[in-house]
Amino acid sequence: MSRAGGRRMELEVSVARKALRSASGQTRVVLQDVAFSLRKGEICALLGPSGCGKTCLLRIISGLDSDFDGHIVLPSPHKVGMVFQEPRLLPWRSVAQNLRLVGSSSENDLAEIAAALRLSKHLDHFPGELSLGLARRVAIARAFAVKPDLLLLDEPFVSLDAALSAQLREELLALVLKRKATTLIVTHDVEEAISIAGRIIVLSAAPGRILADQIIEAPRQALTEARAVKMKEEIRSLMANASS
Amino acid sequence: MSVIGTEARSGALFVNLAATLARVAASFVLAMALGTALGVAMGRNKSIDRLCDPLVIVLLNLPALVVMVLAYIWIGLNEAAAIAAVVLNKLPNTAVTLREGTRALDESLDEMARVFNLPLGAKVRHVVLPQLAPYFAAAMRSGLSLVWKIVLVVELLGRSNGVGFEIGIAFQLFDVTRLLAYALPFVGLMLAIETFFVQPVERHVSRWRPSHGA
Repeated sequence: MSRAGGRRMELEVSVARKALRSASGQTRVVLQDVAFSLRKGEICALLGPSGCGKTCLLRIISGLDSDFDGHIVLPSPHKVGMVFQEPRLLPWRSVAQNLRLVGSSSENDLAEIAAALRLSKHLDHFPGELSLGLARRVAIARAFAVKPDLLLLDEPFVSLDAALSAQLREELLALVLKRKATTLIVTHDVEEAISIAGRIIVLSAAPGRILADQIIEAPRQALTEARAVKMKEEIRSLMANASS
Repeated sequence: MSVIGTEARSGALFVNLAATLARVAASFVLAMALGTALGVAMGRNKSIDRLCDPLVIVLLNLPALVVMVLAYIWIGLNEAAAIAAVVLNKLPNTAVTLREGTRALDESLDEMARVFNLPLGAKVRHVVLPQLAPYFAAAMRSGLSLVWKIVLVVELLGRSNGVGFEIGIAFQLFDVTRLLAYALPFVGLMLAIETFFVQPVERHVSRWRPSHGA
């Protein structure tokens, strides 16, 4: 993987092997030879079938899991903003308090993030009073509240209906582009990956290996309909071949 | 009623109530603090749990009377022995409740705190304590009722003032009116503490629960 020289790397991932031990003592290799790096400001989707170790990789990158062979390089100092699959908000703190707790952001900044995710009306609510869609927005807002250098998103749109998911996708993308955060988004949805990312890394079924690492030259809106359809088909067939 | 009046006018009622209340407060605070520390340590650390668990079980099941008599014999017939006996009776209760609370701490919120690099103080205050609060409240409620019952017995056995001591005298004289004259104001006092202190605290710590919002 050659990169345009001189540009700062935001993240280098090199996982030679990651195995999980089950309670019965069996080991299962989850990730094998997964190595890539992200440039500053890059938006990358990590795509793969369910159970291929995507979430596991995200946990390794975020530092939650250090039991693996390999290394993760992050520039120092750096701030990680993460959105878990579940919102993981503090139920006993209001939305505003949840945002304030993690971040160094000013009140103005928080208000701007909240407005961009259309949360302004809900700042005084407790998480238990929110729908899943709203709670997700809060979790995304919280990730931005830390002024992240690196944004890690684990299936942020899963179990939202199509319309809601498309809308949230646009809002998220607008925020990412405005704040220039390097972003790694985990998904199993090809459509979702293409609509957000400027680069797609496809993982195989377990043990997860990199099947393809593709840069989209004219990403997102600039992508023509025909090109998008062709790309989806390519990626789908790649994934289908790998899992059979 | 008239006996309550007489005792109140002479001041004896208040002196004895105050003595008992001071013992309840001291032993309650000590038992909650030590019990919480022990419970959290046992919930977090397996070897501390294994080390202390037999002791806790013994203390949980040892009759209160045994602890009191031993405390009076070993420490002496003094205030320290009285308080120690009450604390030892209440402490295992608190420890076991808080141990359950610590074991039930939400791993996913802990991970969230780690990823977002929350400072330790903020983590304890905003992530851990709110989760322990219901357990703490439960320990507090059962603790207060247990402590004041035991304090009376401790006073009966080896103190020369307090509601328990007065009830002991009433028993020797078979004086039921005098007994009730001391018991009823005390029950009233405990009800007042429950209503004006314990319940508001409980409401405050659980105000975020949607079911309480209505």
